[in-house]
Amino acid sequence: MTCLPSSTDKKLGLVIDLDTCVGCHACVVSCKGWNTENYGAPLADQDAYGENPLGTFLNRVHSYEVQPEDSPAQLIHFPKSCLHCDDAPCVTVCPTGASYKRTEDGIVLVNETDCIGCGLCAWACPYGARELDGEEKVMKKCTLCVDRIYNENLPEEDRVPACVRTCPAGARHFGDLGDPDSDVSKLVADRGGFDLMPEMNTKPVNKYLPPRLKDQLDPERNETHALEAQAENPQGLFAWLDRTLEKL
Amino acid sequence: MHPAPSVILFTSLSGLGFGLLFFLGLGMPASTGLVAFVFYAIAYAFAVGGLIFSTFHLGHPERALKAFTQWRSSWLSREAWLAVMALCVSGLGAIAQIFFETRINAISYLGATLSMATVFSTAMIYRQLATIPRWHTPWTPVLFLGYSLAGGALFAGQVSLAMPALCVLAALQVVAWMQGDRALADSGTTLATATGLGERGSVRAFEPPHTGTNYLLKEFVYVVGRKHAAKLRIIALILFAGTPVLLLALEFNHILALLAVIAHIAGVVTSRWLFFAQAEHVVGLYYGKR
Repeated sequence: MTCLPSSTDKKLGLVIDLDTCVGCHACVVSCKGWNTENYGAPLADQDAYGENPLGTFLNRVHSYEVQPEDSPAQLIHFPKSCLHCDDAPCVTVCPTGASYKRTEDGIVLVNETDCIGCGLCAWACPYGARELDGEEKVMKKCTLCVDRIYNENLPEEDRVPACVRTCPAGARHFGDLGDPDSDVSKLVADRGGFDLMPEMNTKPVNKYLPPRLKDQLDPERNETHALEAQAENPQGLFAWLDRTLEKL
Repeated sequence: MHPAPSVILFTSLSGLGFGLLFFLGLGMPASTGLVAFVFYAIAYAFAVGGLIFSTFHLGHPERALKAFTQWRSSWLSREAWLAVMALCVSGLGAIAQIFFETRINAISYLGATLSMATVFSTAMIYRQLATIPRWHTPWTPVLFLGYSLAGGALFAGQVSLAMPALCVLAALQVVAWMQGDRALADSGTTLATATGLGERGSVRAFEPPHTGTNYLLKEFVYVVGRKHAAKLRIIALILFAGTPVLLLALEFNHILALLAVIAHIAGVVTSRWLFFAQAEHVVGLYYGKR
């Protein structure tokens, strides 16, 4: 049923720290790796080794430059995947019931055997979180690694989404954002976590933590000044070179 | 948005077919026998033909019947139901008129209502999408219904009705284009709100996540041909409104009427191409594009 649940028991989601992300794309690769080999149709590539490679990804890292009015520009790496919205517009538009939001944990999933590949859910998503697979012709999206987080065959430390497990910078956090006492909820409260495109009223579960402001340059010290030429008391070969060059 | 031929032909042709079914349901013209058969055959060819084109847009058309299940929440599912109901009810009216030389008003009027409801539900599939500000306005259903009614009147040979309807439609379309050109800016969604970084300074897309293209860019950030939009708008106006009105103003004969209909179809398809090609999806903002 593509009506949204009125509330969910948990709100599992990600908190992404834009202050810590170094833009290495490891989360992109680990996501593609896990989700190609596990739940649902593989994430296919077309013309992978040709001139115009194309492929399905559930997580992509953009990079933005922010130019404040009176301080240096800042480069911010920006991972983006499904935000598992509370008011997910992608779910209600689905004509077949393939898209649904789980009542138990709030994860938005696609039942691929019901998907007719009409693409309307991807049209309805403002975040570009859904991609129609070029080979299987069904809609692919982040599952929050639903086949890892409850998987008792995995060691406990691996029962988090692949992107979270692999992030070398610790920029991705996974937890229940519906529980105000959870670590992720505290992190969001402490750091001023925010929503993407709040004006779309999608009520995203995933939150983003803002990057810190850069240090200001001290106007008293001319830090951009070129270094002074230095040739005091050269020794050995440099002393000979110094003398020779002086004579020229 | 990528202007897929399947969706353009679907919305254009089925809109015209259901428009003609609407007028036939109202008894305009109130024909029976062979004449009624020809009118209904044209209406069904366009309405059903358009619906068949829509299935070419699907990744898994063999599962299309599943689209009837979610009418509670999905406009696409409602459209499927309304289209089938409109075709069935109008079909009963058509059988009465063609084979029994009689009109059952209750059935014919219901068929006409369902035909317009189908066109409305098609429009609502696009109108509901907040992600595409150009479509997310009451203008979308107004125009879809307008195209269907004006085209239906033209197809049904209702000359005195079609001429003013086409003129009104042209005016509505011009206003909607002007509104649409401002829609993304008026929506308030920018790269600043998309990234949540706008408060600290001006945000610029520095590096995309991938060097090549992807599904998102191909489907949502279509820019080919946009630069000819102004010319195409004039061509569309001349074809869907100007030419038919001029031809109908001359003496009425079937050759001129056929030319008027052909020009109108070409104009509707051109305008529908622009509807898709010019629609900017907000996901383009993440790529610094629109």
